[in-house]
Amino acid sequence: MYGSGILAGLGVTLKHFIDSYVDDLKFLGQRYYNPAALNKRQGTRGKGVFTVQFPEEKLPTPERFRFIPFLLYDEKADGTHDDRCTSCGICAKVCPPQCIWIKRSNDPVTGRPVPQPAAFYIDIDICMNCGYCAEYCPFDAIKMDHDYELASFDRTSAHIYDKQKLDKPVAYYASLRPTDYAAEEKARAEEEAKKAAKKADAAAKAPAPAAA
Amino acid sequence: MSATAPAAAGAPANLAEHFPEGVAADTRKGYEGYVVGAGQLLQVAGAIRDKLGYDYLSSVTGVDYPDSNQIEVVYHAFKTSGGPGLNFKVQADRNDPVVPSLVGLYPGAEFQEREIFDMYGVRFDGHPDLRRILMWDGFAGHPMRKDWKEPFFEEDLKPFGSRWPGGDVRRSEELDPFGANVQYPPDFDPYEWTPETENAIYKLMQPKADNGNGGHLKTDKLVVNIGPQHPSTHGVFRMVVVLDGETVVDLKPVMGYLHRNHEKIGERNTFLQNMPYTDRLDYLASMSNNHAYALSVERLMGVKVPERAEYLRVLMVELTRICSHMWAIGFLLNDLGAFQTPALYAIKERELILDLFEATAGSRMMCNYMRFGGVSRDLPAALRDENTMDFLRELVVNRLPYAIDELDRFLTHSEILRARCIGVGVLAGEKAIAYSAAGPLLRASGVNYDLRRADPYSIYDRFDFNVCTRPNGDVYDRYLVRIDEMRESVRICQQVVAGMPTGGEILAGKPQYNVRVPAGESYGRVENPKGELGFYVVSTGKTNPWRYHVRAPSFVNLTLLGEMCKGHKIADVVVILGSIDIVLGEVDR
Repeated sequence: MYGSGILAGLGVTLKHFIDSYVDDLKFLGQRYYNPAALNKRQGTRGKGVFTVQFPEEKLPTPERFRFIPFLLYDEKADGTHDDRCTSCGICAKVCPPQCIWIKRSNDPVTGRPVPQPAAFYIDIDICMNCGYCAEYCPFDAIKMDHDYELASFDRTSAHIYDKQKLDKPVAYYASLRPTDYAAEEKARAEEEAKKAAKKADAAAKAPAPAAA
Repeated sequence: MSATAPAAAGAPANLAEHFPEGVAADTRKGYEGYVVGAGQLLQVAGAIRDKLGYDYLSSVTGVDYPDSNQIEVVYHAFKTSGGPGLNFKVQADRNDPVVPSLVGLYPGAEFQEREIFDMYGVRFDGHPDLRRILMWDGFAGHPMRKDWKEPFFEEDLKPFGSRWPGGDVRRSEELDPFGANVQYPPDFDPYEWTPETENAIYKLMQPKADNGNGGHLKTDKLVVNIGPQHPSTHGVFRMVVVLDGETVVDLKPVMGYLHRNHEKIGERNTFLQNMPYTDRLDYLASMSNNHAYALSVERLMGVKVPERAEYLRVLMVELTRICSHMWAIGFLLNDLGAFQTPALYAIKERELILDLFEATAGSRMMCNYMRFGGVSRDLPAALRDENTMDFLRELVVNRLPYAIDELDRFLTHSEILRARCIGVGVLAGEKAIAYSAAGPLLRASGVNYDLRRADPYSIYDRFDFNVCTRPNGDVYDRYLVRIDEMRESVRICQQVVAGMPTGGEILAGKPQYNVRVPAGESYGRVENPKGELGFYVVSTGKTNPWRYHVRAPSFVNLTLLGEMCKGHKIADVVVILGSIDIVLGEVDR
C-alpha cells in the first residue's frame, strides 16, 4: 500500500514517545533528579528519552576523563608542600601543541639544577587534552583534571595557569581517580620494596669483599 | 586474495623490464617501488593501469627533498581485485617542477594534483583545472615546501627549546602584536586585489551554447553559491553551481576554509605527537584515524601488536564505524528535510558507544587511544554502574542490532525517502573506480572493494563478515550499504567480544615518548567509515617524520561531486553531498 512505509515510520516515532513513559514507570522515581538518574536513563536498559537536562544535571565524568593537567604535591606532616615534579621536562617535550613551559631552578650556591621547578606554566588555550603529559610523567607528578567548566571573561589573564593555580594535593587526585591512584601507589610500594631489598642485599654482600 | 598476491608481487619486476629507459627501482634505504622519468610517466602509468591491472589510484602526493633539489611526486596504485599495491614516483626539479598530469588516465588524481600544485608548486601538464585548492588565491608561496615558514614560526622541529629548561611563558601573538597572521606576496595590497580564481571558476563553468535543452528555449544561466555558511554543507564548504532553471549544469566544490596545514604541523611534530592530531581529521571516527596512522608507523618500525591490543583496536574501530554511519544516515535525513528526529534517533546508541570510549580512552571524540605497538589503556573494570564486559555484551548483542533494525524499519521503506533517493546521483562502478572513490560510495556502485578483505590488515582475516555492495550506485543504495555495513560491524564486534583474550599485554615493549623510526617510506591504509584512509609517512631515522601525508577519503570522494550532480535539480545537490558523507576536518586538513 502506498504510504505504508511512512505509517511504519510514524509507528517508530510513536513507540519512542511511549517508551519514555514506560521507562518512567519501570524506573519509578529513579530517572530524574538524583545523582544516579543518568545511569538509569542512559544505561543499557534505558529505552526512553536519553537527553540530559544541562546544566541542571550533568553527565557523570568517568575516572579516565581528561581535561587540562594539574600538578600534584604531597602534604608533609608540618603542613608544607612537597612537589612531586622534578622539572625533568618530559611533559614539555612530549606535549603535542607545546603548551607547557617549565623553568628549572638552580641551586644558588653551586649553580647546579635542583629537582624543583622554579616556574611551571600551562596555556590552557593551547592544551589539546591529549593526556600525554600524565601518561609519560615518570614521577606521577602531573595528572589530568576533570573540571571542564573553565570559561572566563578575559582569556589574556585567566588562561595561562601558573604553578600556584596548577598545584593540587594528592588527596584530590585520589578522589578523582581512585583506581589509577591505587594502582600507582601499589606499583610505587613494590618498587620501594624492591629497592630496599636490593639495598639490603648489597649491604649483606658488601662486608664479604672487605673481609677478604 | 592469495591468488592475486604472487601476480602483484611479480608485476613490479615487469615494470623495469617493460621500460628499460626511464624506469628504475627505487634503491634508497627503506624505500620501495620505482622512479619513473617525467617523459615516460604517461606511457608507464598507462601500462600500469591497462597491462598490469592497477586500476585504482589511491594516493598522489609530493615530497620535498631540498638537499637533492628535487620534488618527488609519489603515486600509490592498487588493484580493486585486491592485493598489495604499486608505488611509483616522478622526480622534478625543485626550481621549476613540471610533471605530466595523470588526470586523463586516473580522473581521481584531479584534486590531489591540485593539492600538490597548491602545496609544492608542482605544475601538472595537461591538468584541466590547475588552481589552488586549499589555500586562497593571493597566498604567497607553497606551504609544504621545507623552506616555507608560517607566521609565528618558532623552530623547525618540536620539542621547542623555549619550553624547557628556561621556559618563560608567552603567547605567540605577543611576539608581534601589531603584525598579522597572514603573509602576502611582495607588492600585494589586499584592498586593491580581486580574486582571479573566483572569476576563473565562473568563466570555466560557462556552459556550452546549447543548454542541454536542444537550444529551442533561450534561457539564462544562473550561478548560485551554496555555502560556505550553509546548514546543508556539513561545515564550511562551498559549491559553485551553474543552473539552468532548477537543473544543475555544472558544479565545482570550493574548499579550504578549515585548512590548518595539518601535514606541515605533522612534520614539525614528533611521531607520537601526531597521534592526537589525527583525531581532529575525521572527528567522527577518531579511532579509525588513530589506527591508520599507527599502522603506517608500525610498518616502518616493524613492531608486532599484542593479541589483546589487536582485539581492542578492532572493537573500537568497528564501534566507530557504527557511530559514523549512524551520523551519516541521520544527517542524510536532515538534508532531506526530515528535521532532526531521525538524526536524534540515529545517534542515541552513539551515546553508549561514546561512553565506552570516554571510560576507556578518556575522551568521547578526541580519543587519542592507540600507540605504536598497541593501545594506551585497557578496558575499565566498570562502566557507569555496570561491569564493562556485561555492558559491551548488552551493547553489541541486544542494543545495537535492535537500533539498526529500528532505523531500517523507520526509514528504508518510507515513500518520501525512496522518492528523493532512488535514481539520484547515480554513479557507475567503472567511473567510481576511475575517480578513486572509496568506502560506501564505491561499494554502492557494485564494486566489491573493502580493504578489510581486499588487503587485510590488523586481524580482520580472522573474522567472519561480508563486504556489502549494492548494484545501482544511487543515493538510496549508499544509504542501504551503510545500514548493511553497520550490521556487519555489529557481527565483527560480537566476534571480538566473544573471542577477546582476557588479560595480557596491550602494548608491545615499554611506553616510549620519543620513538625513533627507521628511515624509509610507508603507506598504511585502513577502511575508515568514509572510505580508504591512508597515511604516507617518510622517515629519515630521526624522531620527527620528514613527510606526513593524509590521503583523506572525504577529500578524494568530493572529486566526483560535480559529476554526480549534473542533470539533477538543485535540491538534490544537498542530498547527493549528504550521501557522500564528508567531514570537513578531513577534507581541508
